[in-house]
Amino acid sequence: MSLTEQQYAPGEHPDLPAPLGEAGLIAWFKKRLFSSVGNTILTILALYFLYDVLSTVIFWTLIGATFVGETKADCTLGGACWLVIGDRFHQFMYGLYPKSEYWRPNVTFVLMIVAIIPVLFDKIPHRGKFLLFSTLFPFIAFFLLSGGLGMETVDSSDWGGLLLTLVLGVTGIVASFPIGIVLALGRRSKMPIVRVLCVCFIEFVRGVPLITILFMASNMLPLFLPEGVNFDKLLRALIGVALFSSAYMAEVIRGGLQAIPKGQFEGADAMGLSYWQSMRLIILPQALRIVIPGIVNTFIGLYKDTTLVSIIGLFDLIGIGQVAVADVKWRGLAPETYVFIALLFFISCFSMSRYSLWLENKLHTGHKR
Amino acid sequence: MSAETAQNARRSGGASLFTDQRFRSLFYQALVVGLLGAFIVFIVFNTAHNIEKRGIKTGFDFLSAPAGYDIAISPFLEYTSQHSHGRVFLVGLFNTLLVSVLGVIAATTLGVFLGVLRLSPNWLISRIVYCYVEMTRNVPLLLQILLWYAIFLGLPSVKQSMSFFDDTFILNKRGLILPEPIPGDGFMLVPIVFVVVLIASFIFARWARKTQETTGKTYPVFLINTAMIIGLPLLAFAATGFPLSFAYAELKGFNYQGGMSIKPEFTALWFALSLYTAAFIAETVRAGIQSVSHGQTEAAEALGLRPGRTMSLVILPQALRVIIPPMTSQYLNLTKNSSLAVAIGYPDIVQSFGGVTLNQTGQAIEVIFITMLVYLTISLVISTVMNWYNNRVRLVER
Repeated sequence: MSLTEQQYAPGEHPDLPAPLGEAGLIAWFKKRLFSSVGNTILTILALYFLYDVLSTVIFWTLIGATFVGETKADCTLGGACWLVIGDRFHQFMYGLYPKSEYWRPNVTFVLMIVAIIPVLFDKIPHRGKFLLFSTLFPFIAFFLLSGGLGMETVDSSDWGGLLLTLVLGVTGIVASFPIGIVLALGRRSKMPIVRVLCVCFIEFVRGVPLITILFMASNMLPLFLPEGVNFDKLLRALIGVALFSSAYMAEVIRGGLQAIPKGQFEGADAMGLSYWQSMRLIILPQALRIVIPGIVNTFIGLYKDTTLVSIIGLFDLIGIGQVAVADVKWRGLAPETYVFIALLFFISCFSMSRYSLWLENKLHTGHKR
Repeated sequence: MSAETAQNARRSGGASLFTDQRFRSLFYQALVVGLLGAFIVFIVFNTAHNIEKRGIKTGFDFLSAPAGYDIAISPFLEYTSQHSHGRVFLVGLFNTLLVSVLGVIAATTLGVFLGVLRLSPNWLISRIVYCYVEMTRNVPLLLQILLWYAIFLGLPSVKQSMSFFDDTFILNKRGLILPEPIPGDGFMLVPIVFVVVLIASFIFARWARKTQETTGKTYPVFLINTAMIIGLPLLAFAATGFPLSFAYAELKGFNYQGGMSIKPEFTALWFALSLYTAAFIAETVRAGIQSVSHGQTEAAEALGLRPGRTMSLVILPQALRVIIPPMTSQYLNLTKNSSLAVAIGYPDIVQSFGGVTLNQTGQAIEVIFITMLVYLTISLVISTVMNWYNNRVRLVER
């Protein structure tokens, strides 16, 4: 026994920190980046790749980019020319909405955030009252945006940019959710005719691309309506988007309904509840809770899909972007414009998917490795 | 006793008819059918009236009428503006199928590769793939198509074309120009040999498996088959005296003549579709592999299997069961998303037939009906094939 070694009474040995090579930063590097020769080579390759990509991206977006100037001729540094965004920023946000009325979309946007928060998070004080406001929000928003009752009316063909994208996204979400629930319940109904109709609708819509449905809404819907009745372009697109996403929503909700054990249905029946009572009070609260992440994912898809309305001639973010690109003053700046729009979409979609992940973890009670 | 009275009461009283579940269900269904029927009659009536008023023709005669417009990309069928709308339909359909099939192949290859890399023990690699997946998934596909198209259109003009390998490959804003292969006499032997070898290798693989199951003797099936599939057609190619020549493109006037040109519309659409779907497939593959319980890996290791064999014999067969259903929907999505071609003018079925033909003839109902029918058929075929494959790899339970 060496002299330096200290003696401890049984049970008195202190918890020593792990050796330097087994824990902490160095160990992490050793384990995750340089565990073997192959791994080390991979790490070096990845570092080189990162350096290559990042230096190009940073040069293009920041160092070599032009932020101040008047025309395209001012962009001489070799990187991106962000002037087009600054020049048309108002269009990207509001489309052709009259300048003097910009406060209305702004107020609507703030109210939208107030309306969304109680829906997303369940630990808010006075959540019930806030939820009441959330239900009323679509009507308030419509009134604020389109005007009337003393406010200047703004035709929906003047709505554009981010404003229109949000209007399409929110309306699509609000409309597709109840329709989706009805379709999902119908698909599991005991009445054969109702079931067949719902299955046909869902499978038909899921089998065709959204753009054909939008073509149908913009070309065929006017033929279906009686003479004199005319839906404006935005409403037609909204109907198409809402019908399309409701079929996908129905399938997600059906997944939740199928996951509810049969005993719950039987229990509700035994309590003497009617069909709608048992659905509203027993089944749907549980089923929807299970599939919230799936619902959020459908919403992300719907939000991204709203960009397709630019093909049928609405000026959402992409529509406005295409107008900007076609401008002689800014010809050839398509990459800058599209990257800017991509960034806007990335921010909203990524936060939605983070939210869905957070919820999934919150609802997840299984075992994890 | 009381139940009997209740039933009697139910039978006798007309007022309590509504409390009978069967009657109620019949009543609701009749109501639904009635409402739907009224709705359809309403629409048909309006449509007939509107069509008559606007002087729109009906019927499918337009399919044989000359289309009168050009289509830039028609790799399989000869097409001029004198051809009919029916021909436009076929050209569009083939273009849709072309970009979908190539997209599925590229997306699957890249997606599986990325999905495996995402699970790499190397932190840096896994993070890079994660960033790629998140960046691609959270940006609308339409935007990505437009962005790729803008990038390809930003390439140098014809005069300043980029040239690789002494004008073998030429790249400019009008596309990528490749030498066009011209098969000579006896070249047909090569594909024939290829098909024969493919069938032979399949039979050999089955035989080797049977032999292994009965006797335990193993053969290097993968090695032998790869050598056969690559080697024998090459041998046939050499035996017939390399009967293949190439036509190279030459700059004549303002554009290149000859050679095969791949248009930027196709490349942009194909790139965007493949890269976008690959991100989703990567996540599917990752989730599938992670879904296999860790105990399976530990058990395989305890049995002494090497990591490669653990993957191919234990993990992958189980992961496939989880991967295939979402993979099917990704393939379906890719095919449906190919309709976004309309945004950049790649003449797929929606752009050419559903777009230009619709505008020229004005027969929205017929055109949209046919277009939707095509997509429904494609969806049905893909899901049937994938369901068949899914049934094959499914867990066989007693």
